[in-house]
Amino acid sequence: MLKNRIIPCLDVKNGRVVKGINFVDLQDAGDPVEQAKIYSDGGADEICFLDITASNENRDTIYDVVEKTSKKCFVPLTVGGGVRSIEDINKLLNCGADKVSINTAAVQNPEVVTESSKKFGSQCIVVAIDAKKNGDKWEIFTHGGRNNTGIDAIEFAKKKEDSGAGELLVTSMDRDGTQVGYDIDLMSKISSKVNIPVIASGGVGNLDHLVDGIKLGNASAVLAASIFHYGKHSVKEAKEYLDSKGIPVRL
Amino acid sequence: MNVTIVDYNSGNISSVINSFKEVAKDKVNIKVTSDLNKIKSSDKVVLPGQGSFKSCVDRLNNITGLIDTLNEFTINNKKPLLGICVGLQMFADIGYEETETKGLGWISGKVSKIDNQNGKFKLPHIGWNQINILKHSKIFKNIENNSHMYFVHSYEFVPEDKNVISATTDYSSNIVCSVEKENIFGTQFHPEKSDRTGLKIIDNFINL
Repeated sequence: MLKNRIIPCLDVKNGRVVKGINFVDLQDAGDPVEQAKIYSDGGADEICFLDITASNENRDTIYDVVEKTSKKCFVPLTVGGGVRSIEDINKLLNCGADKVSINTAAVQNPEVVTESSKKFGSQCIVVAIDAKKNGDKWEIFTHGGRNNTGIDAIEFAKKKEDSGAGELLVTSMDRDGTQVGYDIDLMSKISSKVNIPVIASGGVGNLDHLVDGIKLGNASAVLAASIFHYGKHSVKEAKEYLDSKGIPVRL
Repeated sequence: MNVTIVDYNSGNISSVINSFKEVAKDKVNIKVTSDLNKIKSSDKVVLPGQGSFKSCVDRLNNITGLIDTLNEFTINNKKPLLGICVGLQMFADIGYEETETKGLGWISGKVSKIDNQNGKFKLPHIGWNQINILKHSKIFKNIENNSHMYFVHSYEFVPEDKNVISATTDYSSNIVCSVEKENIFGTQFHPEKSDRTGLKIIDNFINL
């Protein structure tokens, strides 16, 4: 039976983890490689890096991070943030990323999704959808949530599936950082509309939220950042909790 | 000993390279090449594959003499070869992804789309699933039945001779996820991304 995945996400800026796990035995709390290794050793089903480096001159730092991580972690590694072109995707994959998530470019240059899924295979193309509720629909935001495009998120999701995306990483902008739980309505609407796996993101504050994302939101995988930071919960605890709620996980 | 990972522009093979190097340490030479002479002189070959069946077969064909060299290595010289994902699928006679495409024909059978039962199952089949070991394969030494492996695929290999199947996984039906026929080994899952259990499979292959 296919298991639901738990994916810890690390925000990386200029090659350093911005928020991270605050374990006493960490040599260097800002080292993304070391943190990713702790997650994979703890049973993370996948690791996600979100590169939030703002300046162009430091963009290359992520390649070095990915290269070092992929030599130490033998679970899938997804990298997103600032991915604009086929060349960016190619570079990340060559450094050892297994999947690349595309956000702004998927809206501005739809051919990036079409072409990259043809060139590299759908299995490594994740389209990241940042959506915010407006009335009775959700609209797509780009540029790290700064620009409202007015595009309907659910229709967009379907379109990206047709363009060759292998997975959708859906983040609720309303919930992101709030720790009040995923936008279940958004997750379940997108999940029922598409036939590719949906990764739920944005808003996790406790382990029950992970359960809800899978049971009510019908997500195939749940991504979380802050609950795994500062040692609030370990990945292992999260998986054991999901298991106790009858959710199939890899233990 | 030399183990060659065939680099035929089949997409992202960094993870395969990293995992083999991790397991091999300094004991075994891991080469990454499409050089025919180097492949011929190898002790073992790894055939990775990502993207579609058609694109992988096309890329094998793009390197003059590569398919002949692989045939000689595997069929004539009976040296061990491990196919991963589409690398395994290409063992078949024929594949139906994109368009009907001839495979290597090493293990009779076809590669067709997983029956998702009218949308009941999401495709690609992505994530960790358990393997049901049907026969002892040399690459499963010290691998427990029902171990978790990482999968990502929408097509499945359906061999004619069921005796070649060493493991299946349950996703909408029993999908073939590992085969062994004499010196030919293949996994539909990605041992290179399947944590310590996956690395053990790689170790078993290296130590054959």
